[in-house]
Amino acid sequence: MITLENINKTFRVAKRQAGFSNAFKALFSREYEHIHALSNVSFTINEGEMVGYIGPNGAGKSTTIKIMCGVLTPESGICQINGLTPWKHRISHVREIGVVFGQRSQLWWDVPVIDSFELIRDIYKTDRIAYKKNLEELSHLLELTEILKTPARSLSLGQRMRCEIAASLLHSPKILFLDEPTIGLDAPSKLAVRQFIKELNQKNGTTVLLTTHDMQDIEALSERILLIGKGKILLDGSLNELKKRATNRKTLIIEYAGKPPEICEGMSVIEDKNKRIIITLDPDVISITDAISRLSADTAISDLSIASITAEEMVAALYREYSI
Amino acid sequence: MKKYFAIFHIRFVNTLQYRAAALAGLSTQFAWGFMLIFSFAAFYRVNPNSFPMEFSHTVSFIWIQQAFLALFALWFWDDDIANSILDGGIAYDLVRPINLYGKWFSTSAAKRLARAVLRCIPILFVAFILPAPYRLILPPSLLQFALFILSTTLGLGVVVAFAMLVYTSLFYTVSPSGIRVMVMVLGDFLSGGIVPLPFFPAPVRNVVELLPFASMLNMPARIYSGSIAGMDALSGILLQCFWLAALVLIGTLISRRVLKRVIVQGG
Repeated sequence: MITLENINKTFRVAKRQAGFSNAFKALFSREYEHIHALSNVSFTINEGEMVGYIGPNGAGKSTTIKIMCGVLTPESGICQINGLTPWKHRISHVREIGVVFGQRSQLWWDVPVIDSFELIRDIYKTDRIAYKKNLEELSHLLELTEILKTPARSLSLGQRMRCEIAASLLHSPKILFLDEPTIGLDAPSKLAVRQFIKELNQKNGTTVLLTTHDMQDIEALSERILLIGKGKILLDGSLNELKKRATNRKTLIIEYAGKPPEICEGMSVIEDKNKRIIITLDPDVISITDAISRLSADTAISDLSIASITAEEMVAALYREYSI
Repeated sequence: MKKYFAIFHIRFVNTLQYRAAALAGLSTQFAWGFMLIFSFAAFYRVNPNSFPMEFSHTVSFIWIQQAFLALFALWFWDDDIANSILDGGIAYDLVRPINLYGKWFSTSAAKRLARAVLRCIPILFVAFILPAPYRLILPPSLLQFALFILSTTLGLGVVVAFAMLVYTSLFYTVSPSGIRVMVMVLGDFLSGGIVPLPFFPAPVRNVVELLPFASMLNMPARIYSGSIAGMDALSGILLQCFWLAALVLIGTLISRRVLKRVIVQGG
């Protein structure tokens, strides 16, 4: 159970204009700007939930995660995770959590991965039987058996990321924080990682908080989404709710033979070429059933698909709406 | 405690595999050792009685210094620590249930020991078989040798604890080089790395011998050669214990303070 109440975090950043004379001036007096990385961030995550934490670059996602991991200390606010305040009880708190920072590595660069794993086992004082069981399960699910004896520096990014995820789970944490776990991965690795996280959440009831810029991650994984922008929590809801909020227009993609279908009220054409037409329609004006029967009245339709907006479009729309 | 040994162990094994670095270090240390010994030999030839240490003691001092350079030279910095502070890799250190000071202390000590193990054996071997005046002699007694081992361990602790103060200063500055150069020059000089401390003029020497730097290379190398023995060696070891405790205490306090204001930038 994670609770954040009115968390604030400010960074002080030195600023100056370009040029030599300004650089010289900055030797004597510096101007600082205070950046409110987080202002009054509050939310609650229950046990076993899987939450996607999204927002543009610099919105405060990583800062929030680092506060919840006990790495950063906020200026004010309350954060309770399983009854502990991360920055006050760092050591007992981090025993219960697993963290993957997608842009950094926790593996020792020049030694085989298995050595790093054993070091982690010793650091967390995981007992040998539990460690062995976890290692076997993780190696099987993430297909690590072949690469455990390879030094981390010789692994591909995808292999390394799978090892990083395994490394964060060897001590069976109750909560898993993933900060951009699929960054830079190819499609099969992404799918494998997503599948694994999903199973972990469903089987073991591990609470997962995930930040990402890849909306397919969100679509595949999270029931619930938190949107943060300029340090403030803007929205908190399910993916479908957010999509509806952005727009409830549907997109029809039709392949046809002969003459193009006729457009009526409530529809608009996005694109029409090579006998393939993309139409959006407003279901409040014309229902999908009506629309299809109208469109197919005089045209031979060879293929038809209906879609809501993609998560990517939704996020772009939300970012526009909140101008973040 | 076990987890710190585990960290020590992986760092030790990790460092042992860098053979080329060890070979390069080895040749440098031989060259330096001979150069220093030959220059001292030239001075001694003029008037052997005007020096505070016997020539054989000075030779042993220099060989011990070269063989265990990685243990005692302050300027053998642990770049991994500096980098983890500067590039934010420290974030991963902070999500582990360990004390950061303890972790860094273990990795630093392990790295120094591994580097020293690789380098010391060939140097000691050659130094033992050299012709008479340039040879490394055995310590005067078994007890003296035991004191040397004890003093070496404490000396390593003092060096690491002192270097930790330099690493934590990185939380306040952006570039490590300034403080490092200062500490390197001062530390090398004041620990007897350039000229052994007995060669210093008396009033200066009395002060310098009390500083933490004197508890680094100076103490074990002089105990080995027998230039410090008996009660003097014991009080020297006590002084080492004092500095080790004091530096660890200061380092722990600073690191505790500094972690409250950690900023991990970008991603």
